[in-house]
Amino acid sequence: MRVHESLKGFGVTFRTMLQKPLTIGYPEHKTPVFPRFRGRHRLWLHDNGLEKCVGCSLCVAACPADCIRVVAEENTPENRVSAGERYARIYEINMLRCIFCGYCEIACPFDAITLEAEYEMSESTREASIYTKEMLLAPHPKPVPMRAEEPEAIEPAPTAPQAQ
Amino acid sequence: MDEALYITVVKAGLIVFVVLTGFAYVLLWERKLVGRFQARYGPNRVGPHGYLQPLADVVKLIFKEDFVPRGANRLVFQAAPLVSVFAAVAALAVIPFGDPVTIFGREIALVGADLSVGVLYLFALSGLGFYGLILGGWASGNKYSLLGAARTAAQLVSYEVSLGLSVIGVVMMAQSLSLVDIVEAQRDAVWYVLFQPLGFLVFLIAAVAETNRAPFDLPEAESELVAGYHTEYGGMKFAMFFLAEYVNMIVISAFGATLFLGGFSGPFLPGPLWLLLKIAALLFLFIWLRATLPRLRYDQLMQLGWKVLLPLATANLAITAVIVALGFAN
Repeated sequence: MRVHESLKGFGVTFRTMLQKPLTIGYPEHKTPVFPRFRGRHRLWLHDNGLEKCVGCSLCVAACPADCIRVVAEENTPENRVSAGERYARIYEINMLRCIFCGYCEIACPFDAITLEAEYEMSESTREASIYTKEMLLAPHPKPVPMRAEEPEAIEPAPTAPQAQ
Repeated sequence: MDEALYITVVKAGLIVFVVLTGFAYVLLWERKLVGRFQARYGPNRVGPHGYLQPLADVVKLIFKEDFVPRGANRLVFQAAPLVSVFAAVAALAVIPFGDPVTIFGREIALVGADLSVGVLYLFALSGLGFYGLILGGWASGNKYSLLGAARTAAQLVSYEVSLGLSVIGVVMMAQSLSLVDIVEAQRDAVWYVLFQPLGFLVFLIAAVAETNRAPFDLPEAESELVAGYHTEYGGMKFAMFFLAEYVNMIVISAFGATLFLGGFSGPFLPGPLWLLLKIAALLFLFIWLRATLPRLRYDQLMQLGWKVLLPLATANLAITAVIVALGFAN
């Protein structure tokens, strides 16, 4: 009879009862995200205030969910917005279609768009979920806790069977 | 018998009220405790630390649709939960909660009815409780409910035998079937669990099976027979079956505490508090079993009941009978 094994099971549950639960009580406490977490997008500026985005639409081409809309416009001497010849007059991302894959970040040759750590993006209407350029340029409204360190490297599994 | 009727009625009302409130909090305590066994919190959002969760559950159940399935026998379908609840709650009448107290100059015994056949009364009521389940399963008009009810009934009958035999040892030692006498006998001597360890073990296992608790809860396992005999029940009717199950659990814990752990006797603290602590300890054991053990398959369950528990209970009975007959039990 496997009674001894069952009794060991009781020990496990009893010990688990005495330890602090592992639950993280959202929304009062949030799980810290990793540094390369793919959350809300952010458009960046150069140090001199000019936008990095030149409206080349490579991100539009790369996006698998087809959620970015870019309409480019020539930079004029009076209205110089970006550092190149053109700038994105309209730059919108539909957050409800976005799958947060990060391909737009990989595709951008100017490092103009990156995915940051914010993930709380609920809105009440579909229109409110289409984020405009102004919203994407702005920093995050509230900070998201982030892990300080990178996860430890895991030993890669041996590809060939070990000779025993 | 020599108490005024209104005193008995007040006592009955009070006990039922306390136990029904207690049932709601046993439910909450179970969820929180099972959560802690699984390294998570139980319900902790509704009210401070989750203590208003039972209220939220009751409100939800009240608002659910009250329906009777088309193929069902309407009268029996609606009566079955009532039979279960009645059998569960009526068992509280014989549990002694403490020594007689004196209020306003009258001496009031803290037991609903000190029957001289208290133990037998409890077994009769559990037999009545079977009716609730079987009728519920049959009246649902659903093959799976009927099968679930039949399996439940077979399981309960099998373990009832061992439960009865495990209790006879205590009865022989106390020389009485009355629960108050059994508590008195333990107060003079020592808790019967020390004299009847095998009896207590058999009682515990049979009690877990009698109340359809894990690991013997196959008849109502969600993934097996949908929900067994209470598949077709929703809203308040389901709540009544649930209430009957948990009150059964409380009653059997009280029964075990009275028979083996000395009931309301104990130093320093008042009687009812001791009984409460002992019931709480047994309920903790029930919940711990549920959190730890996987479910027994039906044939394993029946084998355990007939091939293991019954011989053990009979052996216990035989040994106790010999010892008592030889006069060593005093």
